[in-house]
Amino acid sequence: MAKYLLLKHYRGAPAPVNDVCMDQWTPEEISAHMQYMHDFAARLEKTGEFVDGQALAPEGAWVRYDGEGRPPVTDGPFAETKDLIAGWMVIDVDTYERAVELAGELSAAPGAGGKPIHEWLEVRPFLAAPPTITE
Amino acid sequence: MTQLNEALLRSLTPSVLGILVRRGADFAAAEDAVQDALVEAVRVWPADQPRDPKGWLVTVAWRRFLDATRSDTARRRREDLLDQEPAAGPTPSADDTLRLYFLCAHPSLTASSAVALTLRAVGGLTTRQIAQAYLVPEATMAQRISRAKRTVSGVRFDQPGDVATVLRVLYLVFNEGYSGDVDLAAEAIRLTRQLAAAIDHPEVAGLLALMLLHHARRAARTAPDGSLVPLAEQDRGRWDTKVIAEGVEILQSALSRDRLGQFQAQAAIAALHADALTAEETDWVQIVEWYDELAGLTDSPVVRLNRAVAVGEADGPRAGLAALAALDDSLPRYAAVAAYLHERDGDLATAARLYAEAARQAPNLAERDHLTRQAARLNSGRSH
Repeated sequence: MAKYLLLKHYRGAPAPVNDVCMDQWTPEEISAHMQYMHDFAARLEKTGEFVDGQALAPEGAWVRYDGEGRPPVTDGPFAETKDLIAGWMVIDVDTYERAVELAGELSAAPGAGGKPIHEWLEVRPFLAAPPTITE
Repeated sequence: MTQLNEALLRSLTPSVLGILVRRGADFAAAEDAVQDALVEAVRVWPADQPRDPKGWLVTVAWRRFLDATRSDTARRRREDLLDQEPAAGPTPSADDTLRLYFLCAHPSLTASSAVALTLRAVGGLTTRQIAQAYLVPEATMAQRISRAKRTVSGVRFDQPGDVATVLRVLYLVFNEGYSGDVDLAAEAIRLTRQLAAAIDHPEVAGLLALMLLHHARRAARTAPDGSLVPLAEQDRGRWDTKVIAEGVEILQSALSRDRLGQFQAQAAIAALHADALTAEETDWVQIVEWYDELAGLTDSPVVRLNRAVAVGEADGPRAGLAALAALDDSLPRYAAVAAYLHERDGDLATAARLYAEAARQAPNLAERDHLTRQAARLNSGRSH
C-alpha cells in the first residue's frame, strides 16, 4: 500500500497528443471532460483506492517571511508562471504499476473532438512512515 | 467502554463470526452482523455486562443477521436457516478462528484488501479505525472492505488455507507501525498471538518472536523530536527486557522444531542484536551466518543488502564493500549501505556524496532526514 500524487499541469508538462486549449473546446466537450474526471474519482472510491482530489485556481502569489514583527511579503498574483498545477488526485494503491495504470486512465480524459487528451500526468510517491523492521 | 471490555470484545470477534458462518450465514452478511453486535456491546455492556459475553454476542449478531436477511429478498434462505438454527453444538473455536485468518488473507485478495479485511473481521476494528490508521477516507476503506468481502464470497469457509499468506498479511500490519489512534504494531502482535494459539506452526511462532523483539526496541527507536535513532546508537537501557525475553523464548522453542523458515531466521538476527549489551558486543559473525540462511530461504534483495552491512561489521568495511559490489546498485537503500561502508573505510568524501544520493532516494521522511543529517555531518566536518 502506498500513496501517490497524480499531478495535472496546466503548463509545464510535455505537450499532450490532443493539444487544444480548453477554451477552444465546445461546452459539451468540457462537460464530458468534467464528467470523466468525476466518474474516475467515483470509480476509485468504489475500488477503495481514492484518497483526495482537488482542483486549483490558476492564479497564485509568492509569499515569504520578511523579518520579526513585519507582515509577510507577497509578490503576484502571477498567472504566467512556467509550471502551473491545475489540480491533483491522491490515490492509495498496492503497487507503483497500479499507480501508473490509473494515471494512464486519467490521462485519457476526453478533450477537443471528444478524443482523449493524452495529457502527461506527473506521478509522485508520498514519503511514507518508516517500516518497523529494517534489518 | 473500559479497555478490558474492548480487549475482550475484540478477542471474541473471530469465534463469534466463525459460529455465524458455520450456521450457514454467508461471510459478508455475517461480518456486518458481528460488527453491529460489537457496536451494540459497546453501548450496552458498561451498564449491563453479560455473564456469557460470547453467547451474548452470538445471539445479538445472529438476530442482526436474520433481520438483515429478512429485509433482503432471501426470505426462503432465512426460513431454511431458522430450521437449522440449533445446530451449534460444541464450538471448535480455534478452528473457526484459523479459518477466518485464512479467508481474510485469501490469495485472491490484494495485500491492502487482505490487511483491511483481517483488521476488521479478525481484529474487530471498525472501518473508521482502520481508515484512520491507513490515512484514507472512511468511505474508501468501507469500499475496500466490502469489495474484499465480495472477492472471497465464493470461497468455502472450511477450506484449509496457506499459513504463509496469513503471515505475510500480519507482517504488513506490523511493519506499518503506528499512526492515528490505532497501534497497528500492537494489533499485529495480538493477532499473531491469537493465531499462534490456534495453530502450532514454527513460522507463526517465528513471526511472533520477530515482532516482539522489534517491538521491545520501540521506545529507543525514535528521538523525542521524532527522528530515527539507528540501532548502534540506541539507548539499550530503554529496550523492554521482558518482551525480549518472551521473544527469545518463543524463538528458541520454534527453532528446536528444526523447521527453519524466513521469520525464524529474521527473529534469530533480531535476537542476536537484543542479546548485545552494547553495539560493540554484537555477534556479527553469527548474524552473517543467519543472513546466509535467510538468503537461502528468500530471494529478497533487502536480505542481501543487509548481509553486506553485517559482513562489513564482521570482516571489515572492505569485505562489506566487496559483498555489496556483487549486488545490483539500483536496489532500494543501496546508496545508503554504500555510504555507511565507505565512511567506515575512511573515505568520507565518497560517503558524504552517497549519503546525499541515498537521501534523495529515501522512501520515507524519517530515513531521508536521517541520511541528510549524515551527509551534513560529514560535509561540515570536512570544511572545518
